[in-house]
Amino acid sequence: MEEGDRTGCRQPRRPERPRSERDRQAQDGGAEGCPRRPRNPAESGPPDLVQLLTPQGERREHPDFSVEITPEEMRAIYRDLVLVRRFDAEATSLQRQGELGLWASLLGQEAAQVGSGRAMRPTDYAFPTYREHGVAWCKGVDPLNLLGMFRGVNHGGWDPNEKNFHLYTIVIGSQTLHATGYAMGITKDGSDDAVIAYFGDGASSQGDVSEAFTFASVYNAPVVFFCQNNQWAISEPTEKQTRVPLYQRASGFGFPGVRVDGNDVLACLAVTRWALERARNGEGPTLIEAFTYRMGAHTTSDDPTRYRVADELEAWRQKDPIERVKAYLVREGWADNEFLESVAAESEQLARRVREGVRTMPDPDPSSIFEHVYAEGHALVDEEREGYLAYAASFADAGTEGENA
Amino acid sequence: MAAVQAAGTQQWTMVKALNEALRRSMDENPKTLVMGEDVGRLGGVFRVTDGLHKDFGESRVIDTPLAESGIVGTAIGLALRGYRPVVEIQFDGFVYPAFDQIVTQLAKMHARALGHIKLPITIRIPYAGGIGAVEHHSESHEAYFAHTAGLKVVSPSNPEDAYWMLRQSIASDDPVIFLEPKRRYWDKSKLDPAGTPSLGLHEARIARPGRDLTLIAYGPMVKLCLEAAAAAAEDGLNLEVVDLRSLSPWTSTPWPSRSSAPAGPWSCTRPRCSWAWARSWRRGSPSAASTRWRPRCCGWAATSPPTRRPGSRTPSCLTWTGCSTLSTAPWPSEGVRRPS
Repeated sequence: MEEGDRTGCRQPRRPERPRSERDRQAQDGGAEGCPRRPRNPAESGPPDLVQLLTPQGERREHPDFSVEITPEEMRAIYRDLVLVRRFDAEATSLQRQGELGLWASLLGQEAAQVGSGRAMRPTDYAFPTYREHGVAWCKGVDPLNLLGMFRGVNHGGWDPNEKNFHLYTIVIGSQTLHATGYAMGITKDGSDDAVIAYFGDGASSQGDVSEAFTFASVYNAPVVFFCQNNQWAISEPTEKQTRVPLYQRASGFGFPGVRVDGNDVLACLAVTRWALERARNGEGPTLIEAFTYRMGAHTTSDDPTRYRVADELEAWRQKDPIERVKAYLVREGWADNEFLESVAAESEQLARRVREGVRTMPDPDPSSIFEHVYAEGHALVDEEREGYLAYAASFADAGTEGENA
Repeated sequence: MAAVQAAGTQQWTMVKALNEALRRSMDENPKTLVMGEDVGRLGGVFRVTDGLHKDFGESRVIDTPLAESGIVGTAIGLALRGYRPVVEIQFDGFVYPAFDQIVTQLAKMHARALGHIKLPITIRIPYAGGIGAVEHHSESHEAYFAHTAGLKVVSPSNPEDAYWMLRQSIASDDPVIFLEPKRRYWDKSKLDPAGTPSLGLHEARIARPGRDLTLIAYGPMVKLCLEAAAAAAEDGLNLEVVDLRSLSPWTSTPWPSRSSAPAGPWSCTRPRCSWAWARSWRRGSPSAASTRWRPRCCGWAATSPPTRRPGSRTPSCLTWTGCSTLSTAPWPSEGVRRPS
């Protein structure tokens, strides 16, 4: 796609698609005659960002989006945010202690997840990636359920229909199609439920996500595409995935796209509510780009110091999703120290429960891997299970001797 | 609702048998959907879904965007919502864009959820060669699917099996890859659509009894083996032909259990040999796995394993050169005459 020009700069042969004047200014026409890299929105501030609560904890009006919030609701939101962060920190610790094989931290993305998660009704369905611990919390999924796969005692294991929260999907973007198909089924049922498909900036490059946009648009499916643009797909910044702001992609598929401050829980709540209402009213899909930041590593196996600078982290720390809610609560006189301390104490209680729950999680029987491969069984799996059990039984005596030795 | 259904024994092509199987499955269960490219008004490029759009409407017979991963991915979502999608992949070589959804999601989701959810999806794929098509329209990829845990893989060889096996596949709570031998689409056979199937979905059939040699095949190769057996009979050779029907799982033996086995051609008292014919590539293919049969069904230790005649490690045959309809391996000369 690229070739060197006479100045020795590498530039696209031609624009991939018509771009707005602003994009053109941002991306082309460098002073030295070389096109600039695509603008990294994190550096210069994103355009058209819906924000209802500033990083300083001040309410902002927006012409299109608003949210009425009671003190009780605001306190409940704060509680969710704090508990989810504490759970996440505990899971990271458990990985460091060897209790989990891996953990994908949501640190920094609490507002995007709690805001969108709280916008759903219980009958709405969420299709998560593997990082939606905050959404799971809002849907009422026991946090311990999320840890089985990271401990390696199952590959997911919970009943998705119990809380309308699908299993974590690890291969990037696949779940957006499942969400779209599920939403198509809702339409066929004549129900007014809706679906949220969660994905990230990296997933936006996957073909499945484009196909999900196409199917959702063509069938006018009641699905909200909630993209948490946390700026990094492991080590690759968003500019390696796209030359246009992600929310703008929606227009090419024929549905609206909105960029929201992903660290502003009220904005996420308001915009997601609006998008879900559109879905319920038969107005089809919406793309929400929650502009946020992955404060931690991609997973506990990742080392982000190899690819990003501390300054960037610090800049985003100033936009922390929880601090602004706390500041707002205190400024409004909706929360006192006693409340804040009670939430902190509750979060420690949760951490303790999670810690103990993980440590006492029963080891699966090794032969359990043969269960559930098929709903109606399979001759070869049955035979292999029998073979394994006979093999395991052959060690029965040896095991006893070993213990005696 | 569907048009009035034919009663009594019918003489149907495989296309008609498949069409009727879809129609009756949709009649029986309102959650059954048909989806794919051009399956609506056109009735599919092979007309297998002919008339269904008219009779069941576009909500149940869904013309999809041209995106195979999207088709299978949304079918998974529909299944999670309680539907029973029957997906048509237009041609064998077009399934690969959906391969990830099939192998990574469809095959594994039931186990991932520890059985809490079911994925009753049937993926119909016209496969294998013999119709003079361009590249990507004559592929035999059954080995990929047969080797994937979580999938079931079947292939009928005749209209009657096509009818019953498709109905059984749709009724199954497991994902089924349903491979339709497109060169046999226009073959006819008798069947009673109101009757009952004589075999379970994953049971093999002895398509022709014989005592001198066993030919094992499935899908499009079965008819060829029957023709070979007929030709060999003129030479005084009595060949048995086994139609596998199901590639995953397959019955450990197509023969009746040893205790009930008559002392006829499937007697295990003397050596026998068998040949397995498959269109897919040799190593790791169903034909390779069929060698497991020998010790299991016959119980004797010696004699040679089955001779395999799989397809070659090449792209699909060039139709103009008229390459072997069986395989690039030489037609076995040991007493078997090639049909003219």
